[in-house]
Amino acid sequence: MKTQAKIALKFLLVMTILTGIIYPLLMTGLAQLGFPHKANGSLIIQDGKIIGSELIGQKFDSIIYFCSRPSAIGYNPIPSGASNYGPTSDTLKKQVAARRVLFAKMNSIPYESVIPKEMIFASGSGLDPHISPEAALMQVDRISQSRHFSITRKEELLKIIKDMTEAPQFLCMGEPRINVLLLNLMLDKI
Amino acid sequence: MNEAIQLILFLVLLAVLSPLLGKYMAKVFMGEKHMMKPVFGWLEKLVYRLSGIKSEEEMNWKTYIYGVLLFNLFGFILLFLLQMFQTYLPLNTEKLPNVSWHLAFNTAMSFTTNTNWQSYSGENTLSYLVQMLGLTVQNFVSAATGIAVVLALIRGLTRKTTDALGNFWVDMTRSVLYVLLPLSIIFTIALVGQGAVQTFSHYVKATTLQGTEQVIPLGPAASQIAIKQLGTNGGGFFGANSAHPFENPTPFSNFLELFSMIIISAGLVFTFGYYMKSKRQARAIFITMFILFAMGLAISLWSEYGHNNVLNVAGSMEGKETRFGVMNSVLWSVTTTVTSNGSVNAMHDSLSPLSGLVAMFNLMLGEIIFGGVGPGLYGIIIFVILTVFIAGLMVGRTPEYLGKKIEAFEIKMAILAVLAPSIVIKIFSAIACSIPAGLSTLNNGGPHGLSEILYTFSSAAGNNGSAFGGLNTNTVFYNLMIGFGMLIGRFGIIVPVMAIAGSMAKKKITPVSSGTFRTDNWLFVMLLISVILIVGGLTFFPPLALGPIVEHLLMNLGVTF
Repeated sequence: MKTQAKIALKFLLVMTILTGIIYPLLMTGLAQLGFPHKANGSLIIQDGKIIGSELIGQKFDSIIYFCSRPSAIGYNPIPSGASNYGPTSDTLKKQVAARRVLFAKMNSIPYESVIPKEMIFASGSGLDPHISPEAALMQVDRISQSRHFSITRKEELLKIIKDMTEAPQFLCMGEPRINVLLLNLMLDKI
Repeated sequence: MNEAIQLILFLVLLAVLSPLLGKYMAKVFMGEKHMMKPVFGWLEKLVYRLSGIKSEEEMNWKTYIYGVLLFNLFGFILLFLLQMFQTYLPLNTEKLPNVSWHLAFNTAMSFTTNTNWQSYSGENTLSYLVQMLGLTVQNFVSAATGIAVVLALIRGLTRKTTDALGNFWVDMTRSVLYVLLPLSIIFTIALVGQGAVQTFSHYVKATTLQGTEQVIPLGPAASQIAIKQLGTNGGGFFGANSAHPFENPTPFSNFLELFSMIIISAGLVFTFGYYMKSKRQARAIFITMFILFAMGLAISLWSEYGHNNVLNVAGSMEGKETRFGVMNSVLWSVTTTVTSNGSVNAMHDSLSPLSGLVAMFNLMLGEIIFGGVGPGLYGIIIFVILTVFIAGLMVGRTPEYLGKKIEAFEIKMAILAVLAPSIVIKIFSAIACSIPAGLSTLNNGGPHGLSEILYTFSSAAGNNGSAFGGLNTNTVFYNLMIGFGMLIGRFGIIVPVMAIAGSMAKKKITPVSSGTFRTDNWLFVMLLISVILIVGGLTFFPPLALGPIVEHLLMNLGVTF
């Protein structure tokens, strides 16, 4: 037993050095060499200022921007998280009803229209950067109006949505989606 | 259509690649020549020399289990101390305070038992140093411990009249160097290529487009995510686990993470086949697991796509990410609960009642459908022994498995291994349901509240680590109860399993005759499935009826809580 204890201690030390120091350092080195932008958080920098990350969603509730999904943490990433409301939660029921009304009202569409599900339910991370292309299209009229877009600029915006829609990866993986922050950055440039 | 293609791709790749990995692992653990030997062979020798391991010496079951227990004890202490004193240690870029004693206890227990239950969120609790030096290390070695234990059991079943079950340290070293580490290295690079972060920089302050401030957490995440998936650990670098865009950025990274949590466990079944020199025996176990997996998946998909009368929607997106959608979230929830991985890409608390039930039932069965790397296989072998015993009783013949007589001692140990986690689930849940400390931190009312508690202790006992995350468990009561639950769920099985290994190794092997009860045909597969479902069903039907089943019925009536 004493020999086993001695080996156990030494083995733990060796494994800690190997898998706890060498492995993560080596991986960080390779990642920084191969994919420096991604490894450092896919940050978006404009005029020397950090605006955010391509992968981390931001809160958009202004009428001049495409809205992002509801978030249980208000898009504050420390810490990430969800509502964790169950399928029979009264609070969730009320939240969903309120979000339906808000989205319909904001975009001047009838209350009974089918609103894309991601716009009435909060995401798992609270930081979901995407919405569906349908949800983006439903907001075009409102945004064009609030920004006083001419018809040509509105068409430009529709083209941008089409171009920025990410198809399922390798044709079959995941869902079609559009990155709200990147879309709104493009919107500001029109 | 997309959904179907992804699903089929996943299942086909699983069936095709696991025998290949199984063969490779058999070569590794039998000490034969294999492709990684030229790469890391020198490192293997170095590890032996530095740790004082005599690699040619084999151990009996008692020495083997001493090794397991001592190594885990030291690992626990180290991880506990690292958290308690993280402010005094380097790489605490965000100046996070020391972790409370009960959370440090829970987390240390959680990661040494391969559970990875998390009462905390990484981004506001643990320094980079604790994440890598503490958690990443335990992600590797707790997975290797599981593999080592199942190897000892396999040797016990396939060798005859001996005490020797292999060398724990050699099995550990080979698991880490030739299986876990090489796969993790490749996987980390793939993850970073998709957008997972891997850096030691400070958190970044951004000014958002709407003008508010957003702090973006970073860290050496990808290297930890790779092993957390491969080693069926499941503890996220960030609080939202694999729902977090930095942890699981794209549908492709999602597919890789899904696949990596099941492939080693599935491969080990075929490794067992090489030790038994019978692919048919291994295939019978694989098919049993595959059928149980597919059944759960079908029910879960049907339920999640079904209509929710409370929210008036089919296929709710609450707690789900746009890039994954409903199908990938359900597939993940089933895969992570059968494999004892416990990482999540959607919040299980918000799943439909019956999808939540499938996830919970997978935990309650004791993580034997593929299961954890190691525990999955030794768990199902326990059920194989029980099935052979029950079949033996029915036909009035001495039960045998692989030519070895199953006697009273093995059955006692097998029952102990089945009972230990069940006791945790039922008794600990009952305690939590009866006292304010257990009820005060619930996030949902009605039957869903019971589900939250039941899920918590099922996850602890099954060493899974996924959660109905609404329940706040960062309290003295829950941190301690879950901590002890994980301890019993881990070593309450490992010790009897090692005892079975020791006693089986001593036995003779009777040659196969026409009177042998076969354990490699469809009849046996059906028997095994029945025994698993009956044992699981009878033990857990009452609480499941009060939780998710009642909730499902009430949801159909539109009742809310």
